[in-house]
Amino acid sequence: MLERKGVYVATALLVAAVTVAVLLLMQNIATRKAEGEQVVFRIVDLDETTIDPAQWGKNFPRQYDGYRRTVDVERTRHGGSEAFQRLDADPRWRVLFRGYPFGVDYREERGHAYMLSDQDMTERVREFRQPGACLQCHSSVVPTYRDAGRKAGVPDGQPFEQLMKGFEAVCAMPYADARKLVSYPVACVDCHDPGSMHLRVTRPGFLIGIRDLARSETPAPHLPSVERWRRGSRASEYDPNTMASRQEMRSFVCGQCHVEYYFRGPGKLLTYPWSHGIRAEQIEAYYDEAGFKDWTHPDTGAPVLKAQHPEFEMWSQGIHARSGVACADCHMPYMREGAIKISDHHVRSPLLNVSRACLSCHPYPEAEMRSRAEAIQDRTQALLVRAEEATLALIGEIQKARQAGSSEEELKAARDLHRKAEWRLDFVAAENSMGFHAPQEAARILAEAIDYARQGEVAALRAARLPPVAPPSR
Amino acid sequence: MVKTSAAVVPALLVSGLMGVLFGVGGYTFHYARGASYLSDDPRACVNCHIMRDVYDGWQKGPHHAVAVCNDCHAPHTLLAKVLVKAENGFRHSQKFTFQSFHEPIRIRPKNARVLQDNCLRCHGEFLIAIAPHGTVPGDDVNCVRCHAGVGHGPTR
Repeated sequence: MLERKGVYVATALLVAAVTVAVLLLMQNIATRKAEGEQVVFRIVDLDETTIDPAQWGKNFPRQYDGYRRTVDVERTRHGGSEAFQRLDADPRWRVLFRGYPFGVDYREERGHAYMLSDQDMTERVREFRQPGACLQCHSSVVPTYRDAGRKAGVPDGQPFEQLMKGFEAVCAMPYADARKLVSYPVACVDCHDPGSMHLRVTRPGFLIGIRDLARSETPAPHLPSVERWRRGSRASEYDPNTMASRQEMRSFVCGQCHVEYYFRGPGKLLTYPWSHGIRAEQIEAYYDEAGFKDWTHPDTGAPVLKAQHPEFEMWSQGIHARSGVACADCHMPYMREGAIKISDHHVRSPLLNVSRACLSCHPYPEAEMRSRAEAIQDRTQALLVRAEEATLALIGEIQKARQAGSSEEELKAARDLHRKAEWRLDFVAAENSMGFHAPQEAARILAEAIDYARQGEVAALRAARLPPVAPPSR
Repeated sequence: MVKTSAAVVPALLVSGLMGVLFGVGGYTFHYARGASYLSDDPRACVNCHIMRDVYDGWQKGPHHAVAVCNDCHAPHTLLAKVLVKAENGFRHSQKFTFQSFHEPIRIRPKNARVLQDNCLRCHGEFLIAIAPHGTVPGDDVNCVRCHAGVGHGPTR
């Protein structure tokens, strides 16, 4: 009897345990189902004036978690997000940038979270006068532009004109005055419509730049909506916000800032020099036509250019762009939390996230993909160092020619070649991928840099009336 | 008489408990759309969301009019089909419930062979000239290595 009782109790306990397990499973399924619905809880009402990302974070906590992680500091082999002084890492750049703020402070940029505070810290801003134009890409500035446009007399009914007017006004202000008008680095509202969350571009510099690019002749097979606009009636200007596909927007939002630019005229109007196209020599042609120089190199007297960070331009020439891969595909790859799929808002080097960034298209092991990428970067860097050495050699020869008393006229050819060589060298050096965004294009540009630098040396020797080194007899 | 009724109470209790378990279990099965897994309906594969990308891609891919998930991913003889579905079904539920799997998801060699066999099942006659012996064991050159988009279409 007792034995039988024991069996009953054991059976009851067992059945109870199995029932609990089944209920747990059901609860798990219910959780996944709920996640699968992707419900957004609207806790805060967002509008164009909500700049504080923490407010957006209440509605979109997962994306906000990632966004906040851009404070992380991590090195990759050729870059990363640690603010090391590049002038110490490679002292050649002290000479190459001599006479320009970058020759004083050229620290590696950190994550998005630091863009505004690091700009406050850099000696390029503390020791040199800079315009308010800088803030277009170092802060969440669009509401400030609107306010400034309104103050300048453009009514709310003309949003684009108002934005542009405010943009012009803030660009022309001294940096310190404009800085008081902004408080956040890049924020949600810069890339997302607060009502629909759709991607959008808000930066006036890009809106004008991409128009110029669309009107140019340069092939844009990686931007189908631009090609479509070109074939169409062109009744209105190209507008990315209404004409681009979602996939294109996943690059355009980044291209708002990760581009080559300059401050045009006395109004310091931030301008993307794309009206001849976006390849290095097309941008150079724009600057030549505009008679623009960033500074005069004190060693050579050459009117040289500083490349900014032409990631969008370089990416445009690469195989990933050509295959329809957007910036966000690798820098903000999709990730999963439970059954929820989101794009990783911790924007960073794909080399820190190879599994999600590369492996969803390339079915190879992580180590294999990393070594492929690093092989490209190592080769680019080897070529880059040669281009640096060649440009330094040119600077040295021009210096000697000047000391030998060569005239301005005689030095002109060598100086022009210095401008060409340094522009190409810096175009690759300043671009943040060490050649990866477009390996062959980066190598082509560096090959041209080396060629122009060596041609320049010959020109400088000629100017100094020194016999060039005799070519080897054949 | 007394003896009999004493045995009936625990028996009733146990059967009642079993009934609760079957009820809860049955409802869970229903709630999880368990029966859908017995079908060939491709919507069953997106029950658990992980397959959403490939399902979306399949709808835009060239094969969506002629093949559903099971046409390519399950064998076509009854016993093999049931075994493959059962084994994968168990693994999928286990891994999804405990959230322990490699991402991005990868096909296992075993399932890749099933897939390759299914390519040949339809296209074998056409391919006789270039793949006369079917697939070579251990050879990772299979159809989808080059024809990656035929099933799942563009994934981006």
